[in-house]
Amino acid sequence: MDQQTIFLTIIGMMAVTYIPRLLPTWLVSSWTLPSWVEAWLRHVPVAVLAAMLFPSILIRSEQFALTPDNLFLLAAFPTLLVAWKSRSLFGSVITGIIVVALARLLLAG
Amino acid sequence: MVDRQPAWLPGVIRAGPIVLGYIPIGLTFGVLAQQAGLSAFNALMMSLLVYAGSSQLIAAGLFATNAPVSSIILTTFVVNMRHILLSAAVAPFLKRWRKSELAAFAFQLTDETFAIHSAQFSSEVPDKGAVFATNVTAQAAWVSGTWLGVTLGQFITDVKPLGLDYVLPAMFIALLILQIKDRVQIGVALITGVLSVALFVAGVGRWNVIVATLLGATLGVIIDLWTNRRSS
Repeated sequence: MDQQTIFLTIIGMMAVTYIPRLLPTWLVSSWTLPSWVEAWLRHVPVAVLAAMLFPSILIRSEQFALTPDNLFLLAAFPTLLVAWKSRSLFGSVITGIIVVALARLLLAG
Repeated sequence: MVDRQPAWLPGVIRAGPIVLGYIPIGLTFGVLAQQAGLSAFNALMMSLLVYAGSSQLIAAGLFATNAPVSSIILTTFVVNMRHILLSAAVAPFLKRWRKSELAAFAFQLTDETFAIHSAQFSSEVPDKGAVFATNVTAQAAWVSGTWLGVTLGQFITDVKPLGLDYVLPAMFIALLILQIKDRVQIGVALITGVLSVALFVAGVGRWNVIVATLLGATLGVIIDLWTNRRSS
């Protein structure tokens, strides 16, 4: 993709990101969200994170890989444990990276 | 002489914890954006104009796989839709602000600045300068992190030995764990995740995230209604 197309895509991303951030602050005095919309939006963060997480560890090289040699799947367990115990985004990410980097180092040697 | 500190200074200090988180993650974004084929200018523009962490990392991943522009923009929309809730939650505290001030405030509303502001607003809404100082400091950290990543990225030929290709999955795991507060949400997460993989395998391509999210959130509402009816 050329850099100009990428830039235009970024402008589009800006628009779709900014509008949901802006509208409630402008409209809240005259308008409140219908309760079903609010109930639905409350489930969006969990749903969207799961929808991105599962393929990111279960699809390897475009193939479904529920196998014991799938490093991304194996590294998910210590990462999950640290996330659950520490509640730290940074600590969990560091754990995941180190596990993956170490496993590659040891398996390559 | 009374030694007075400027009104915006407490706002900068409140952004401290955010700065510590944004610099390393911004740096990772910078490195991955470069690997995905974005110029340094475009990587920095994304951090300046879009300014939404997970969606930027996802977009870098999509650019790397040459995904269609429409799917990148729609995925960004779905991932960032949750800001409606954050914005609606802080809006009642800012009713006296001018529209232009709200427009500037909303542009820099992230999960993390929301957490700082909502904790603060419930006791008192601080000076406008301090509120903006928190936001500007946070975004400055994000953009600086990106710049560092873009600069360092030129020396990194392969991210795999550093495990940097695992940043995004690890971030999803942590964000998901931090979001989950009850059993309904665990159910929604598992079903949506499996659905997303199944849709990908079935060949819907990069649309799997959007379709699975819309179905999963709807399912969550249905489970809510169903469990409320049973318990009442």
